[in-house]
Amino acid sequence: MSVIIEQVSRTFGNQTAVRNVSFEAEDGEIVGLLGTSGCGKSTILRAISGLDEGYDGKVNVNGKTSRGVSEDLGIIFQEPRLMPWLTVLDNVCFGLSGDKKEKREKAKALLEKVGLGGFESYYPKQLSGGMAQRTAIARALVTGPDTLLLDEPFSALDAFTKLQLQDLLLQIWETDHPTMIIVTHDIDEALSLCDRIIILKGQPGVVDKNIKLTKTKPRRKGDPELAKLKEDILRSLNTTHSGDEKGA
Amino acid sequence: MALSQGHEAQAGVMPAHEKQKTERRQRLPGIPWGSMGLSLLLPVILLGGWELSARFEWVDSHLLPAPTVILQTIFAMAADGSLWQHVGITLYRIFWGFVWGTGAALVLGSLVGMSRYAEAVFDPSIQAIRAIPSLAWVPLFILWLGIGEGSKVTLIAVGVFFPVYLNVIGGIQSVDRKLIEVGRAYGMNTITLIRRIILPASLPSFLVGIRSGLGLGWMFVVAAELMGASQGLGYLLVLGQNTLRPDTILASILLFAVLGKVTDAFLKKLQQRALHWQDSAQQK
Ligand SMILES: Nc1ncnc2c1ncn2[C@@H]1O[C@H](COP(=O)(O)OP(=O)(O)OP(=O)(O)O)[C@@H](O)[C@H]1O
Ligand SMILES: [Mg+2]
Repeated sequence: MSVIIEQVSRTFGNQTAVRNVSFEAEDGEIVGLLGTSGCGKSTILRAISGLDEGYDGKVNVNGKTSRGVSEDLGIIFQEPRLMPWLTVLDNVCFGLSGDKKEKREKAKALLEKVGLGGFESYYPKQLSGGMAQRTAIARALVTGPDTLLLDEPFSALDAFTKLQLQDLLLQIWETDHPTMIIVTHDIDEALSLCDRIIILKGQPGVVDKNIKLTKTKPRRKGDPELAKLKEDILRSLNTTHSGDEKGA
Repeated sequence: MALSQGHEAQAGVMPAHEKQKTERRQRLPGIPWGSMGLSLLLPVILLGGWELSARFEWVDSHLLPAPTVILQTIFAMAADGSLWQHVGITLYRIFWGFVWGTGAALVLGSLVGMSRYAEAVFDPSIQAIRAIPSLAWVPLFILWLGIGEGSKVTLIAVGVFFPVYLNVIGGIQSVDRKLIEVGRAYGMNTITLIRRIILPASLPSFLVGIRSGLGLGWMFVVAAELMGASQGLGYLLVLGQNTLRPDTILASILLFAVLGKVTDAFLKKLQQRALHWQDSAQQK
């Protein structure tokens, strides 16, 4: 499904968080929203998801301009947001409807995929941060959404798990080709996953650059072309020290 | 990945109990029954001293009968059947008072917790009524409802109502907005949100509420039975006073303590069962 955002602005009280943001995600495209902390990335994602309806401008998902939430969207939040009273398995089943047995089969298969096979009966309090986030990822994927919105899904994870989950995401993309909008402030992550990178800047946040990446995936980390692009992005984000690009 | 983390997680979950046990043992070295024995020490000494001083007439046993005499009084009442009558009617009153109080608090608390309008309509009045010490209602209830069961159950229900009401509202209003958003993202309607997120999330607070509600219920059953009852543990208090039988009074007090403790333990068990998922500090 395509997502088109036209002239979206959002004002909280008298403070404008983002102003006149427009971009487009074509069907099956992975779009990265890149920007420094507080420039309005989550705000835009919330507007797309329909959880926030107080924005100006237009959000068009799959040809329909609407303001409410749509069930074809899967969302992965910045935090796991698991229901503490449900087991891992029931948390993954949370958004599914229909036959109980079928739901459980589906959820089990996805938990297997995110490396949580055998933890079905654990409660969230028994999980590490990374395991909790992986459960949340499984919960979003289990409905097989046509569009996935991801708000810094891996930022709380260790580098190793992060790479694994990025691979998982690419795997899923290869089989189902969902449209994805992924918020991140990890430039490497954006470069290895995205077909298009939108750079947001300033406060209020505005679109600074819209870069299309044509290189085929999976991409090698040390690729010279990507390295040059990273330089460019860093420069436009005004972080002169190359060690600064990974905020927490 | 899954394997190695499996070990980690189990290692993290299992030894927590072990650790606590060993810690407790280390804290009280050399005492055979551990902390249990230590906390029994003082009551045993006190009871022994009481028994002795009553036996040897160091205190006037007409005013303070020995613990064994109190137990005998209870056994005698059990033998002639009057004990079950008194305990039964008291439990009956507190049960219905508790049910009505909790039910009303649940309905009104949920309404006020969920809707701004309901809050504006009901909450100020309820808070104003709360400011009245509940015992002040007794004469009015007796006047309105007679000295029968109605007035007693109503009074107990009023006592149970407020802690439950406040905790239901508190629980609902403190549900994490972020969890509700997850439900909304799946397109759930308000009813489904309430059933699947708001209710379970506010359950801990509700259970705290009914436990303190029950505590107040016991207090109010005493008050209700002190004034115009012809049966019940509270009536035994009055009877003991009027017939100069401190053993009857103390027997009644003892029964209140035991029943209060047992019913609370029951709710506590329920609480632990229902909230085993909670990540709280006092849990082992
Ligand atoms: N509910 C809100 N009420 C008031 N201001 C808000 C609210 N949500 C966001 N803001 C403001 O909007 C701006 C953008 O916030 P947003 O959460 O979108 O940033 P972000 O780019 O996602 O940052 P981060 O990378 O740290 O998550 C911030 O200045 C913030 O103070
Ligand atoms: Mg954010």
